[in-house]
Amino acid sequence: MSALREGARQVMAWLHGWTGLLLGWVLFVMCLAGTLSVFKPEIGQWMRPETRATADPADAVQAATDWLATNTRGSTGWYLTAPSARTNTVEAAYDSDGSFVYRALDPVRGAPAPRETLGGEFFYRLHFELELPYPWGRLLASIAAMAMLVALITGIIAHRRIFKDYFTFRPAKGQRSWLDGHNALGVLATPFHLMITFTGLVTLASLNMPWAISATYGKDLAAVYHDLAPGVAERARANVPVPLAPIAPMLREAQRRLGGTIGRVYVINPGDRAAVVTIFRSDADQIGFTPAEISFDGATGRPLRAWRENRGAIQTYNVVYGLHMARFASIATRWLYFLGGAMLTLAIATGLVLWIVKRRERAPLSLGNRVLERLNAGVLPGVPLGCAAYLLANRLLPLGLTGRAELEVSTALWAAAAAVAMGAALPPRWSWPLLTGATALACTLAALIGLSISVMSAVLLAVAAALALLAAKQLRPPKRAPERRRRAA
Amino acid sequence: MAGTARARAGWRYRVNVTARAVAGTIGAYAVAALFAAAMARLLPMPRVEAIMPATLLAFLVGPAVTLWAFLARGPWRAWAGVILLAALFAAIGWAAGAPA
Repeated sequence: MSALREGARQVMAWLHGWTGLLLGWVLFVMCLAGTLSVFKPEIGQWMRPETRATADPADAVQAATDWLATNTRGSTGWYLTAPSARTNTVEAAYDSDGSFVYRALDPVRGAPAPRETLGGEFFYRLHFELELPYPWGRLLASIAAMAMLVALITGIIAHRRIFKDYFTFRPAKGQRSWLDGHNALGVLATPFHLMITFTGLVTLASLNMPWAISATYGKDLAAVYHDLAPGVAERARANVPVPLAPIAPMLREAQRRLGGTIGRVYVINPGDRAAVVTIFRSDADQIGFTPAEISFDGATGRPLRAWRENRGAIQTYNVVYGLHMARFASIATRWLYFLGGAMLTLAIATGLVLWIVKRRERAPLSLGNRVLERLNAGVLPGVPLGCAAYLLANRLLPLGLTGRAELEVSTALWAAAAAVAMGAALPPRWSWPLLTGATALACTLAALIGLSISVMSAVLLAVAAALALLAAKQLRPPKRAPERRRRAA
Repeated sequence: MAGTARARAGWRYRVNVTARAVAGTIGAYAVAALFAAAMARLLPMPRVEAIMPATLLAFLVGPAVTLWAFLARGPWRAWAGVILLAALFAAIGWAAGAPA
């Protein structure tokens, strides 16, 4: 059986179907979480309504390090992100007594926000780590992204009428409608889909394509890090306790030297004589990631070394990376990223549904396809349900609870797991509307419980309305197969 | 692939698809990896800079080989292409040698 004789276009369509099917659900989770991550800081703000104070970034980081100095033990590093125009808190990832934690710190008090939550960080991590331990989550995400790239290219080649599909939609016609919807979602934002998949693959390059590095550096990874960011000073721990020098003057000095605003602040070996403070310029005002950095001696506050990135090849990589992270984006561009991501998420979902619908209209489904049909019914509405449950848990769990942030995450995972179980147990004509309806309800409650009118609450209500409409549509009895088809059979 | 039901059920078809699938996944990745390694050594730039274009382009080489694996006339040709490219990039990388 020669592939060529069957026609290249058909081969491409076949490959498109299988690559999409094999990693479709993983890609669905990644795309949904990635789309939400566009508004990571804003989601964090919405999830911490009690924390409203604002402070100058340098003072906020000073407050954060003061709190960390007295409330952590045996830290190897504090990885902070200064407040910006988009968020008022200091994001802190650090280890204490051997366990790694993430907290949003109040910019004035320096202590964690009372409503302990991962905020948007949960969606961000889910997007490329899939709640799996390192490196397995990132590897699975890499494989999925590679499959996605192949699925996109084959999808484009399999397609004859790119332009016409902009204007084609035949509603309520079974397979035709799903195909039209899938095509429109894919075609309208094709450049975005290609860009986001390619750049996403690149963000994990050190894990999924390290061979250029091994061919030139061998196993000397320290040398790679040094060459990539020459402004980062590395020093071995001295094991002599010396308190950290005031950090605000270092931040002001960094801002004076690097220009722009402060982005990330790393404190390595805090409380040790060999402590190093590295300050990275924010990438909020340009596409390229890591534009400049400067390191200070943590014990004395004296500058050690500084670097402004001007090497073309590295800048190229940083721009590719920055295009994926979208931190440069203004509010309008951010909404375009969100829209593009939502379209890709829906293209994946409609593609997965299409696989079943297409086969169901031809003949009764095989056992394997019936399993896929039920998995679809559980996963496709179940993942959004998990996300909505996460937001709802944020509103309902009492503030002082130990491990509150982790409980929010568990709620999301259990809700999604329950949905998948329900999808497996019930016939799809019941599980689809039930789960879609439940997601609509969870979104509505999350938007209405507690408090303030915000853009996020409005978006949640709009999503809830759309999902409620979808659920109502799914409840209607299914139409008979078209006459023409039955006569032919 | 999109053939008739009988053609699809045969063992020849299964072997064909399996051979192409392995060439298009593991084979394609191997070619991309060897391409990245060869380019990183070959490009006349400081090594930290050479790894960037080498890695970025490798992500385009990979899917191209995947498509080749399924479009080639017969699984033998698909594999021949993969092996040829892998050998070519391995040879270039080996000839260029690790930078001092």
